[in-house]
Amino acid sequence: MVKLLEERKQQIHQKGKEPFNLECGKDSLPGSVSQRACVFCGSRVVLYPIADALHLVHGPIGCAAYTWDIRGALSSGPQLHRLSFSTDLSEQDVIFGGEKKLDACLGELIDFYRPKAAFVYSTCIIGVIGDDVEAVCRKVSREKNIPVMPVDSEGFKGTKKDGYRAACEALFKLIGTLKRDDVGAKSVNILGDFNLAGEIWIIREYFRRMGIQVVSTITGDGRVDDIRSAHQAGLNLVQCSGSMMHLAKLLEGKYGTPYARVSYFGVEDMADALYKTADFFKDPEIMKKTQALIAEEISAVYPKIREYRQALSGKKAAIYVGGAFKALSLIKALRLLGIKTVVVGTQTANKDDYEQLEKLCDKGTVIIDDSNPLELSGFLKEKGADIFIGGVKERPIAYKSGIAFCDHNHERKVPLAGFIGMLNFAKEVYSSAASPVWRFV
Amino acid sequence: MKFTASRNACKLCSPLGACIAFRGVGEATPLLHGSQGCATYIRRYLISHFKEPVDIACSSFTEASAIFGGKSNLKTGLDNVVKQYNPRLIGVATTCLSETIGDDVNLFIRQFKKEACARDLPELVAVSTPSYRGTHMDGFHQAVKGLVEYLAKPGPAAERLNIFPGFVSCADIRHLKEILEDFGFSYSLLPDYSGTLDAPVWPDSGETKEGGTAIEDIVNMGSSSASIEFGRTLEKTETAGESLRRDLKVPLYNLGLPIGINETDRFFKLLQRLGKGTLPRKYKSERGRLIDAYVDGHKYVFDKKAVVYGEEDLVIGLASFLSETGIRPVLCGSGENSGKFKDCIEAVVLPQHRRGIDVRAGADFLEIAEEAEKLSPDLIIGNSKGYFLARKLDIPLVRAGFPVHDRIGGQRILHLCYRGAQELFDRIVNALIEKDQDASQAGYSYA
Repeated sequence: MVKLLEERKQQIHQKGKEPFNLECGKDSLPGSVSQRACVFCGSRVVLYPIADALHLVHGPIGCAAYTWDIRGALSSGPQLHRLSFSTDLSEQDVIFGGEKKLDACLGELIDFYRPKAAFVYSTCIIGVIGDDVEAVCRKVSREKNIPVMPVDSEGFKGTKKDGYRAACEALFKLIGTLKRDDVGAKSVNILGDFNLAGEIWIIREYFRRMGIQVVSTITGDGRVDDIRSAHQAGLNLVQCSGSMMHLAKLLEGKYGTPYARVSYFGVEDMADALYKTADFFKDPEIMKKTQALIAEEISAVYPKIREYRQALSGKKAAIYVGGAFKALSLIKALRLLGIKTVVVGTQTANKDDYEQLEKLCDKGTVIIDDSNPLELSGFLKEKGADIFIGGVKERPIAYKSGIAFCDHNHERKVPLAGFIGMLNFAKEVYSSAASPVWRFV
Repeated sequence: MKFTASRNACKLCSPLGACIAFRGVGEATPLLHGSQGCATYIRRYLISHFKEPVDIACSSFTEASAIFGGKSNLKTGLDNVVKQYNPRLIGVATTCLSETIGDDVNLFIRQFKKEACARDLPELVAVSTPSYRGTHMDGFHQAVKGLVEYLAKPGPAAERLNIFPGFVSCADIRHLKEILEDFGFSYSLLPDYSGTLDAPVWPDSGETKEGGTAIEDIVNMGSSSASIEFGRTLEKTETAGESLRRDLKVPLYNLGLPIGINETDRFFKLLQRLGKGTLPRKYKSERGRLIDAYVDGHKYVFDKKAVVYGEEDLVIGLASFLSETGIRPVLCGSGENSGKFKDCIEAVVLPQHRRGIDVRAGADFLEIAEEAEKLSPDLIIGNSKGYFLARKLDIPLVRAGFPVHDRIGGQRILHLCYRGAQELFDRIVNALIEKDQDASQAGYSYA
């Protein structure tokens, strides 16, 4: 039996054991060693890929240092997002306030790097020391004539989800400030893909082949000017719903742009996403192209996927990821490989997400909200998982337990989205699960 | 151009250093008093280097804790760490948030102990590590000092050596322990994360509790016959060794990190003096082989220009080593700023290298990079965060220090003593040879 803290018990559910009533959306329990980060992290990961913007972290050095070049979010052009800028507040600044330093930093960095916009992330102590970040941003924006957006991301003011929300608010203010002449009706914004390992380029190529225009990608391979004219698109496609749903709803409210929830992971969800988009535009030509594309792509990868399925069939998987959309897609993708999911958890899914997850899972599957290393290693063992899918912090838990691992997070270097991504995913899972090293463990 | 902003920091925040030091105590769990993100970011950063689970608890501040203080969160946090890990020690480190709102962590801990009077609690050691003060090295040294001040007790004088190696690799710690054992010393080494942050896979029974400096060994530090502390910049500062010297009269010897022959000779001479013994044969041979290697490789490295960066004391050690092999450390950079960096570098390099070294304390990576480009260096020595510069200048980066996020085995890089210098020297020479070999038209298969 996995030993659980009393206060954590309601955030863990085993399907079929009792009626489903999982608690979620709570603050992390002190001392539990949550895998979650903070509000700042939520904002930072969402806005990070905007490549021609200046990202300035306002606070002591840690928050900037730990998020330097942290995501494999590729850019096809500028690389400004890969630099780590901080106001590096010292004790003196904390005593006397950091506004002047922030002003100086913004000014010099904008002059030197000539970004299209600047995001200023407030970290934990900024509100406490009384800095008026908004006023500084307004002033610098006026002086330098570019948008300078304050991001209200003090770490303790909620969870990572509140950070997503703050990032969405900043993006929303940016959208609608530039009008382009070349946006047609059959156009979309791609929300919630961060172009890890170039994934958004795969998706863009699908839309090109379908005859659908991509107005902006928010935020993978993102550009400020594209985002500013994102209000002109006909449809918002929302992948990472936990992070981007708020923006989609804001855009629907203000500009009437409809949105659709999609996922580009796994053959099933990828095909669904393209059909959904084609359906929306009600254009037989687009639908015909979409059908041809999907048929072609699937036939290209299916034979190889079948080979992996043969090798992997009957294995058991555990999943621990940030949000629910990925967990849902992963369960389906694993099923395609003959792998059953025995543990699934997320950092920040909401009630609806968990209900969907519960429906999709097999009986006996353990569903966990905001887990910790001891719970995860305990359930890996108890449920006999053969492979663990997660991120950097989950990897050593798998390895120490003698279990295969597949990285499905920020640091991945192989694209796992799109039809080709499903094949890559199968290969990744296989290359860990089939390794001979486990015999020694 | 000198920027007010930090651009690609060449330092980390103090709680990170404290967490590493606390992980070097047997059956200890670090707990950060602040936002959840602090613990998670630091865990992620350490995991990427050590490739180990690094569990760091947190008091997980909310808005309410920021307004009313983090007392109840800290108590809950301590309680839950005890329930989950049953550690022998919890090392509490503060963060910028808890310090700025003025939480009195020592008071909270006293109250926690009082309320839990009947229960068997772990040792609770608190250190003040606001991230706006100093760097990860300050956090590291603060935690080591905090542990010693809290635990070390006076006692009947014993023939035992205290050794405070500073922030070195797991392989370095293991090597130091081997040396001390070969010399026949009984010793206490703090912190010893060589087993906790470079551990075997878990046995069937699950996570092990092996490794780390035993609490008893820290207690005994108060009655040891001498302390050795590595790090030239630490001399005459408020460190663990200084605290033992002042309060418990344990003589303190400050040495540079023993990297290369000169600095290692100093260390071994001191060991001989303190142990009243001779240099074990094994190390005499290692020293001999190292000199032989210096001779074999001297032409490949002579007058080559190196950029070195990282923690001040690591850079000082590396500069001493490079200089004695004939490599000019033309640019020495650090995000730290002790005020002693330049003097220490000048004290360890050869006179012919002293002039013209660009020493930059309190620097960030883009400042180092911009200066480096003007110097057309031949190689770079430092952690993996300087890779972008090596790529830009198309010169080798010989990885040393922390973090090494882009290779496996960062925790097993050996830097210290003759054996460490041997490994570094071989890697440096071969990196230079490989660069020439790859660039040559003929592609010789000999060097």
